[in-house]
Amino acid sequence: MKNHYKIPMMAGALSLMASAAMAQSLDEKVNAIFASSTGWFVNLIFSPFPGTSFPWIVGWLVVAATIFTVYFGLIQFRAFPHSIALVRGDYSDPDDAGEVSHFQALATALSGTVGLGNIAGVAVAVGIGGPGATFWMILAGLMGMASKFTECTLGVKYRNEYPDGTVSGGPMYYMVKGFEERGLPMGRVLAVMFAIFCILGAFGGGNMFQANQAHAQIANVVGDYPGWITGIIFAGIVFAVIVGGLKSIASVTEKVVPFMGVLYVVTAVIILLMNFDKIGWAFGQIFEGAFTGLGVAGGMVGALIQGFKRAAFSNEAGVGSAAIAHSAVRTKEPITEGFVSLLEPFIDTVVICTMTALVIIITGQLMTDPTTGLYMVGEGGMIQTVDGNSGVALTSAAFSASFGWFKYILAIAVILFAFSTMISWSYYGLKAWTFLFGEGKGKEVTFKVIFCIFVVIGAAANLGPVIDFSDAAIFAMAVVNIIALYFLMPIVKRELNSYLSRLKSGEIKKFN
Amino acid sequence: MPDKIVVGYDGSEGSKRAVDFAVERASALGATLVVAHVLEWSPYSFLTPNELEERHKRRNEELKRAEEAVLAPLVASLDTSGLTIETSLKYGNIADTLAKLSRDTGAVQIVIGRQGESGLASRLFGSVAGSLAQSSTVPVTIVP
Repeated sequence: MKNHYKIPMMAGALSLMASAAMAQSLDEKVNAIFASSTGWFVNLIFSPFPGTSFPWIVGWLVVAATIFTVYFGLIQFRAFPHSIALVRGDYSDPDDAGEVSHFQALATALSGTVGLGNIAGVAVAVGIGGPGATFWMILAGLMGMASKFTECTLGVKYRNEYPDGTVSGGPMYYMVKGFEERGLPMGRVLAVMFAIFCILGAFGGGNMFQANQAHAQIANVVGDYPGWITGIIFAGIVFAVIVGGLKSIASVTEKVVPFMGVLYVVTAVIILLMNFDKIGWAFGQIFEGAFTGLGVAGGMVGALIQGFKRAAFSNEAGVGSAAIAHSAVRTKEPITEGFVSLLEPFIDTVVICTMTALVIIITGQLMTDPTTGLYMVGEGGMIQTVDGNSGVALTSAAFSASFGWFKYILAIAVILFAFSTMISWSYYGLKAWTFLFGEGKGKEVTFKVIFCIFVVIGAAANLGPVIDFSDAAIFAMAVVNIIALYFLMPIVKRELNSYLSRLKSGEIKKFN
Repeated sequence: MPDKIVVGYDGSEGSKRAVDFAVERASALGATLVVAHVLEWSPYSFLTPNELEERHKRRNEELKRAEEAVLAPLVASLDTSGLTIETSLKYGNIADTLAKLSRDTGAVQIVIGRQGESGLASRLFGSVAGSLAQSSTVPVTIVP
């Protein structure tokens, strides 16, 4: 990671060289301890299938998505129109107005997943896998819709409802209650494992990684400065929101994030329309690249790996996080939350990620050899780009090619996405924490304070191994979660059949 | 069945004048008075995960507060009027909800107070009185 120089800079600003040396050595110590004690875990999660560079965890997620797709008979396509009708409120009883609507649950879950992955991650995927990666990314996104459907239905069905009207839900609850209901052992063991991974994932991928990347993006625009400054500011804001209960900041973010998402997609569409003569060509590149690779590292398989990986990492289908967010909705039919949630991978991956990819392709950022028409592959398997950009800078360059001011919008978007992802993950982590340690004000505040400390660490320090470990923890959540989903999917099937027959008979009423 | 008159009431001075006017009309017509209090709510707003979790609890609190602090005192004060009073407590867009309530109850007219907002805000977002006048299927009286 590139942040290793930040600790000395911080010290320079404070003229505290001694403590800097200590911080540096502490940082190195933490790195060393983490790397040696957790390296095996990271390697285990991200290890490739023998003889390939295909991480097995990506295969695990894609296979699960395929199984759910087949088991529920292409539910993501069959139920798509009904899902839209649910979000529009067509089936909402007007007497329930004032409760959480389907739209609100969807928007909140989306603000936890739409983030850096849609902007920087896609650029990495297309930068290595070429335009063909887009095809596989869309395919995996479509399959992931079935995973989300399964986990969110269970999340609502087995949540805990407390006398004061609040609810707690998520994979830990369906693991315990669902397994009990089916007379299966090990439910509690899975639940505890899931909760531990979820807390680690919340501190890491849902927090440190976001803070780190938000700082990198700010430094990119205003010039370099010590990361701990960003960290303290971010931690202060997060603290005010999650500990202080300062609703205004959170609600402002929750209002601005969807707006940024829409602005991002609209800008992308305008750029595509400005280059409409190339849209046919771009799709030609995507299809041809998907099956031939068009000269990218690893050929067709290389494109496939990059596309699958990006989809799986971006929409979190099968990870279990969305099941926590959706379980707060009061509905008589748990399956309706499943229907609504299957729109998430569609919006996140099939729409937003694809827009990023198309803009990069259509603005000609990737360089081809004029004689062969193949992509020119440079160092590390990266396709050579016009200005040598990669990651978020590549996306920024692609958008700025049409609108110079867009890089500022993008910087603001990245910061807001990072912030809303942190707020969401602080909640997911907290739910796992209270599942393990019990509910109670003191226990909750303890978790929240630790969470804020990790914001500062994430922005300030180079903790590469810690971040690797936390990413691994998020995907370890998927290992445990998907095992549970396999055992519980017959319950979802029963709910689905019952609901569909009642929908057909008119027992489930349409209000609008 | 006696006619019904829907009156929007939120505890403000303007809405008190609307109720006074509606009481007068209802007495003259021998109509039933439907006092409606609408809590502004959009199902398309954005909430944090924490707000989602607490929404049901908050809703119950909001309903209870509205019932106790807004509707009950008014109904008590109208005790001497000799009118039949119904109340309605709902969430939603104020104008749409009042219009729908008038249809559901078969009311013959709606009475609301003027909110007195003018200038930029109402130009941008429209006023309750303005949108109700546009969407209502029964006569609307706006009491200044």
